[in-house]
Amino acid sequence: MSALIVSPVLVPFVAAILCLLTRRSRRIQRVTNLVGAVALALCGGGLVALVTTSGVQSVQIGGWDAPVGVSFVVDRLSAGMVLITGIVALAIALYSVPMIDKRRELFGYYAMVNTLLMGVCGAFLTGDIFNLYVWFEVMLMSSFVLLALGGERPQLEGSIKYVTLNLLSSAIFLSAIGILYGLVGTLNMADLAVRVVQLDDSAKGMVSTLAVMFLVAFGIKAGVFPLFFWLPASYHTPPAPISALFAALLTKVGLYVILRVFTLIFVLDVPTTHTLILAAAGSSLIVGGLGAIAQNVLRRQLSFLIISSIGFALIGPGLMIGLGDRAYVDASAEVQAVVLLGLAGSIFYLFHTVLVKASLFILAGSIERWKGTDEIGRLGGLALERPWLSVMWAIAAFSLAGVPPLSGVFPKLALIGASFRGEHYGIAIVALVCSVLVLYAIARVWLEVFWKPSPDGEGGASERSRATASPAPAIVLSILIVAMGLGAGPVFSYCREAALGLLDPSDYIERVGVLDPGLDETEAQP
Amino acid sequence: MNSPILQTTTRLMLPLLLMFSVIVLLRGHNEPGGGFIGGLIAASGLALHAMAFNPRETLALLHVNLETLLGVGLAMALLSGLIPLAMGEPFLQAMWHEFDIPLLGKLKVGTPLLFDVGVYIVVASITMIMVLTLAEE
Amino acid sequence: MTLLMAMTIGVLYACSLYLLQRRNVVKLVFGLLILSHAANLLIFTASGLVRGRTTIIEAGETVLPVDTAPDPLPQALILTAIVISFGVTAFTIVLVHRVNAVVGTDDLDDMRATDSAGKAADA
Repeated sequence: MSALIVSPVLVPFVAAILCLLTRRSRRIQRVTNLVGAVALALCGGGLVALVTTSGVQSVQIGGWDAPVGVSFVVDRLSAGMVLITGIVALAIALYSVPMIDKRRELFGYYAMVNTLLMGVCGAFLTGDIFNLYVWFEVMLMSSFVLLALGGERPQLEGSIKYVTLNLLSSAIFLSAIGILYGLVGTLNMADLAVRVVQLDDSAKGMVSTLAVMFLVAFGIKAGVFPLFFWLPASYHTPPAPISALFAALLTKVGLYVILRVFTLIFVLDVPTTHTLILAAAGSSLIVGGLGAIAQNVLRRQLSFLIISSIGFALIGPGLMIGLGDRAYVDASAEVQAVVLLGLAGSIFYLFHTVLVKASLFILAGSIERWKGTDEIGRLGGLALERPWLSVMWAIAAFSLAGVPPLSGVFPKLALIGASFRGEHYGIAIVALVCSVLVLYAIARVWLEVFWKPSPDGEGGASERSRATASPAPAIVLSILIVAMGLGAGPVFSYCREAALGLLDPSDYIERVGVLDPGLDETEAQP
Repeated sequence: MNSPILQTTTRLMLPLLLMFSVIVLLRGHNEPGGGFIGGLIAASGLALHAMAFNPRETLALLHVNLETLLGVGLAMALLSGLIPLAMGEPFLQAMWHEFDIPLLGKLKVGTPLLFDVGVYIVVASITMIMVLTLAEE
Repeated sequence: MTLLMAMTIGVLYACSLYLLQRRNVVKLVFGLLILSHAANLLIFTASGLVRGRTTIIEAGETVLPVDTAPDPLPQALILTAIVISFGVTAFTIVLVHRVNAVVGTDDLDDMRATDSAGKAADA
């Protein structure tokens, strides 16, 4: 079991080392990468099975007890994220084979993809806030290299912006960790949750400041309004598999961490901090929706759709303002129901949006290869030329817009329903308006790219480029999007349990073992 | 650069720096030192060589490909975590074994040493990759 | 001493943010470098300064004296952060070097290929 919990980090690490050692052979690297992705997905499945049968599990790295050593903790949320990461990794691994050119393959593309996956999974699983910083850096370093690899002009210019903004956010994150450690004297997240509550009032005020610093740091990484400008400036520049990987996973890690720390640690001043989250959610929804309408390049439009979906996923933690000064367990049944529904909706949305974004970016890459351009105005006629690609696009895009019975409609209903029930009418209306904007943007793409006759006839792409335009790797994702919609009941109850685990973290804290009775007695009697 | 003084000094300095880096690596478990700083010292010696002669000669001196070396170093560090895992202990748990060497006494060898040697190789090779990338252009 | 350190850290943050806002990419790199120094010093100071003692266990002793010795953990954190910023800085320098070679300018205002929708990105 101890091996299973660390396996999502170890599997990509082993794959990365093997890819590095067999750098000269493209074929061995492809196979290693593919096997690694399958193994990662299996580990994710194993973790989901583990947490559904026996609850939260933790392991101490190096055998040092919590809170001194680094904990790895898996609960329903992190297990689900690892599983989805594995599935996306599999789709990207299949898609990389035709789409990534020889130069990048020989330059260590596969090794970098695997270290990125290692960083992502590490960030999901770690229970130590400084360790989280380290995993973030592992992920960022690999993403820097992947983004700049190849070195064409737009790519390099996008990299400068991406690197600067992400390093700035890392520095804010690191500074906040330093102050937090000085204040509380621990880095273990479960231990932080216990000790932050015991601080005196002046120190609690400081914690609220730190909460905002964390929100800014993760907000930059997640691409939240008003910290998102690097995202549409860089995500469309690298080759399609790389931007699909980024779009699916990177911003979602920022979101995951916001969900984690703003339910576990920073719940002292919910009216202030979570109002900020709700405001960020609302403005991201509007800006993302409007931006998506204004864009004329496919992948840039998708970048803005990422921002609007970040807004949706943030509504859940934002709705925690309903709790006021009370902890979740002390709140009234009605408030509990609203907060739980909202957070469960956010978690469902998070799972759904990873699949949809990976699928859309993969398909956009295939369209670009097929037509030789990704400007929406110059595309057309794809519904007849590429019927399967069109079907898959329709599944992903209309799921994003929230058309039943695809996966997107259920979390949206939950979030908007929770907003109305909690009497947060503002955010509910903003979410509805954004849904309309997203639907408009998607309908416009559908009409322009797929329905209208192609303006350039067959388009300017060469036969060779067309041969690599297969959208087949997205099939797994499309099937899952449909399955998540049809099987929304079980998925939603899983998300509900996950949200319950976040809102009432006593189980999490207990399983990490910081409330060890022996330790507690000696410390609680000053 | 083509300075006879620098080249002669480098010929003397390089073996000394490499030996010093290994000493720093080995004393690192209980005293100041360790794989990271040892690797940096080794890399600075090699970088000096690259400056005094040229990057290509430094690569020829190494006989191994730097990227392969990087992979080997990472694999060693990973192995130091996997050994305890295979024996049923937590990941990265330190495990020691004592050897009796006739005449010399006892030698304690453990997974932290393996980890540190891995770090040494990773740091030395990655620093050299960076230096040579910048030097080549 | 803490006040002096606090002021030093403040000045470092100010300098780095000023440099980050310049148009020159080389100054951007210096800004990022100073930013990581500022964060490291902040960790060092925030956990409490202890005068004249190290976290090395004295000869003959087996444990660190809890009340007088400084906390060793922030130093471990800083070491990790230094290693990370070392790697990141090296990467950024190579990146800036490549950008300068490909784009032919060090002025951030001239790097707009990714901002204007569509046409420039194709060029």
